[in-house]
Amino acid sequence: MALFQLSRRDALIFALFALVVITMPVWTAPFGANYPGLMQKFAIYAIFAIGFNILFGLTGYLSFGHAAFLGVGSYTAVWSFKLLTMDALPALLLAVLISGLFALVIGFLSLRRSGIYFSILTLAFAQMSYNLAYSVLTPITNGETSLQLTLQDPRLIDLAFTTRGAGLPTASLFGVTLSGLSGFYFCAVVLLIAFFFAQKVFASPFGMMLRGIKSNQMRMSYTGFNTRPYALTAFVISGMYAGLAGALLAVTDPLAGAERMQWTASGEVVLMTILGGVGTLIGPVIGAWLIKYFENIFSSFNEGILSRFFDFIPAPLHDTIVAISSKFVGEGWQLTLGLLFVLVVVFLPGGIMEGVRRIGALFRRGTPPKAGAIRVQPAE
Amino acid sequence: MTTTERNVVLHVDDVSKNFGGLHALSDIDLEVEQGKTHAIIGPNGAGKSTLLNVIIGRLAPTSGAVVFDGQVLTGKKPHQINQLGVARVFQTPEIFPDLTVLQNVMVPAFAKRDGAFRVNVLRSVDREAALRDEAEAILEDVGLADRRLSHAGALSRGDKRRMELAMCLIQHPRLLLLDEPTAGMSRHDTNTTIDLLQKIKARGMTKVIIEHDMHVVFSLADKISVLSGGRIIAEGLPDEVRGNIKVQEAYLGGAHRVEAVH
Repeated sequence: MALFQLSRRDALIFALFALVVITMPVWTAPFGANYPGLMQKFAIYAIFAIGFNILFGLTGYLSFGHAAFLGVGSYTAVWSFKLLTMDALPALLLAVLISGLFALVIGFLSLRRSGIYFSILTLAFAQMSYNLAYSVLTPITNGETSLQLTLQDPRLIDLAFTTRGAGLPTASLFGVTLSGLSGFYFCAVVLLIAFFFAQKVFASPFGMMLRGIKSNQMRMSYTGFNTRPYALTAFVISGMYAGLAGALLAVTDPLAGAERMQWTASGEVVLMTILGGVGTLIGPVIGAWLIKYFENIFSSFNEGILSRFFDFIPAPLHDTIVAISSKFVGEGWQLTLGLLFVLVVVFLPGGIMEGVRRIGALFRRGTPPKAGAIRVQPAE
Repeated sequence: MTTTERNVVLHVDDVSKNFGGLHALSDIDLEVEQGKTHAIIGPNGAGKSTLLNVIIGRLAPTSGAVVFDGQVLTGKKPHQINQLGVARVFQTPEIFPDLTVLQNVMVPAFAKRDGAFRVNVLRSVDREAALRDEAEAILEDVGLADRRLSHAGALSRGDKRRMELAMCLIQHPRLLLLDEPTAGMSRHDTNTTIDLLQKIKARGMTKVIIEHDMHVVFSLADKISVLSGGRIIAEGLPDEVRGNIKVQEAYLGGAHRVEAVH
């Protein structure tokens, strides 16, 4: 069936990717990142970044408001838990649907402009959503206290079959509780599905048209394409990915707060995509993992850990090195991330994936390096 | 002769275009016959590109209308005009620099097959063998077959022009608008392009061509309109226009004869 077919190269990439994701608890151990809470975030933010890249990487439209869809997905999922059932599937489906509708409206309005004006419009809509969640929409979002499960939730479907338990319930899938490692594997499977669909989009004529829009939108019009519905479809798809990621955040921790929609969260996914490689399949995933790793692990390093790490250096130099490097870890983790970002953008404008490609080209000397869709710039 | 007998496909009807106080085009009437090559010549600033832009829907005329095959083009969007069978080669090549040469030619083929908008995420470009074969055949025609996997942005200007022509030809347009298709080409490439355009003329494609190179114009044109100061000052068969003293004055300031350029 055409639905499940991939080219041989894509099938190989998918198999390798699946292997990497499923064995994550093993290979993250040496980095101290193999606890379920963080691995869940690795999977979830990878989905967010993959979806964002379908818009930014293929179509060239730089959205600065995608966190709004993440937030909408989270709120929808928590409401699904509260009103219907603790099962994760209805929550995910509803979240994808609602965030898709939300993206349709915002995309329809924002795509009337391109370039910087489009970015500003999406930023404005996202900030508007964020502020509304704190003010007039409090009945839906529960404002500053965040939307949470309570002991009085109706949960119509669940309670039709079972009686109310003593404590707060956790999300489940067909009766299996999704927490810890099972929660991670659930997110991992959803990530693989999301990755597979992104591969289909990249290889399809539709994906080629999106690249055409990024490359020369005017030529697309004179070639007979109505470009706006193409860009809008890409926008809605990426909004749905964001909603899916938001719902998974709620599955792993049934709580939705407005801060998830703040502009810093929108900026974060832009950084992930550019850091990893705009327009590549794997790049945004690597970017997401790197940033989440820095945020969660690097930020917990302190002088004690550094002191042990630099043990092999003789004493007088040792203290100096520890003193200097301690500024770059712990609370200073953003300094390191910022430097890394600057270095990547200056020396590898195609992101980490361009570095991978250059190294690959060194090994295959003679064949010219294959330049991908690696332009870091919004559509004009 | 009546219109039906002459089979006019493109009708520019009393078109004027003003930019503020500047009359770029004044009362232009133009009839292009099916299968013919109609050249528009004239000095710089005569309004040739403006006329082409009005036909293709890039500029809205101040008054008048453009009718193609019974359909009013004026007011339609560029993609709608293309879907009616009108393609255009631009003065500066408009291509997809980030895609490969082959992809550049395949994209218009999708527009022809699938229409202005279609979400087909479940198909794979790799499996579109028929379209790819057709694109490769056309690249062979324009002499770019060996560059088909190169990045289009890396092509020379002349090669970009030939690729843009291939992008139009794969759509089998019923009307092809060419804005100086050989500008910036070597003499050899110019002759190759003339041969190619003569070949597609045999297939019955109607063409409107703007050109400075008189060698190209007299090699290809069935009919010539001379534009000067936004007005058509002469129109006729190549030989008639060649001998027209008014043309020589407008076009060359009376300093040379058109033959001298030829």
